[in-house]
Amino acid sequence: MPHNFTVSPDFNPGHISGWYIFNTWLQRAINEEIHLELYNSSDEQRKAIADDQIDLIYANPYDATVLVRDKGFTPIARADNKTDEAIIAVNHDSPIQNVEQLTAGTRISSTGDPDVRMMCMIMLEPAGLDKDNTVMAQRDAYILIAKDLLKNDADIGFFLEETYNELSEITKKQLRPIVQSQIHVIHHLLLAGPKLAHKKDEIQSSLLSMNDDPKGSGVLKSLSFESWSAVEQEEAEFMIDLMDTLAD
Amino acid sequence: MKNMMPDEISGEYREHTFKYHDNTERTVLITDIETPLPEGRLIVSRTDLNGVITEVNQSFIEMSAYHKDELIGQPHCILRHPDMPSAAFSDLWETVKKGDKWHGYVKNLRKDGGFYWVYATVIANVRKGEITGFTSVRRRASRSKICEAEALYKTLQ
Repeated sequence: MPHNFTVSPDFNPGHISGWYIFNTWLQRAINEEIHLELYNSSDEQRKAIADDQIDLIYANPYDATVLVRDKGFTPIARADNKTDEAIIAVNHDSPIQNVEQLTAGTRISSTGDPDVRMMCMIMLEPAGLDKDNTVMAQRDAYILIAKDLLKNDADIGFFLEETYNELSEITKKQLRPIVQSQIHVIHHLLLAGPKLAHKKDEIQSSLLSMNDDPKGSGVLKSLSFESWSAVEQEEAEFMIDLMDTLAD
Repeated sequence: MKNMMPDEISGEYREHTFKYHDNTERTVLITDIETPLPEGRLIVSRTDLNGVITEVNQSFIEMSAYHKDELIGQPHCILRHPDMPSAAFSDLWETVKKGDKWHGYVKNLRKDGGFYWVYATVIANVRKGEITGFTSVRRRASRSKICEAEALYKTLQ
């Protein structure tokens, strides 16, 4: 039976082929059969996690909490120079210039990505806004959030910073960020499930030396990653503690 | 902890002396200058079991106005503002030492005598069933909540 690998659904769709290339490279590097399964939504992926169908995952910080603390996953690595930050944006012509001008009844467009939603809801707190006095519409992709803003179907949109920056120039010209998180210490993690835990050191050393050969460098490039850094248990636990302080 | 010195203070100040349980004292100099936490920022720190700072992020350093090496190894109460009632901190420690999460609005004292308000959350770091330290995350608070907290803390002084 091959091991199952998945990636948090908030990745840039332009990197789908990159993840398949990475999976092929990884199978050769650690001599294990691994099947890549990409889910369309966080809900679908979470069900697979709950059903113990995942053995290796590039997880968002929110899901990493459950995976490490409840499912016994082991942290392996994180991509360098990639932290998870969020942006709240408005239509470029919106009169809203900052968060504190927002009022009860604000219409929000968001994906189901839990970490982005949580960070953005925290950034609305200074305006006294929360889930009870705002109206939330959930979309399947960040481009649909942009469309909601362009059509004035939403007052504000929640974006993963990286995804916002990768919107087309034409789209970005019609939008305007009003606030951007600067947390710096929250990031996606590559985690191994209990059935692959014995391969942790092998996977980690393969990832850390990816830049040493042209094939590995090419794989990193296809994901827009510069390199990987090892993540040990305590670093992951610290990030999880931090997520825990935010989750209320 | 060192007393605050007049040459480090920006603007007019007044003095306050804290008396601690171990009979030590600290004189702080306070001004009415507020530095709001910028939108989108989170202040993060960790302490050991005794409340001694072991880790701070860049936002902590910038908002406190201290250098990192002036913070690491110091008790977290280096940021305590005299307007904060001791009852709030007693509640904090009682809560987190039980392993529960504590939330509250906190007025912190800067090295330059000014202050900043935050909404703080503190949790215990539990490793293999044991509490090994505490993580605190502070975020920007709404002005209306700050006003409520200010009024409440005056009654608790």
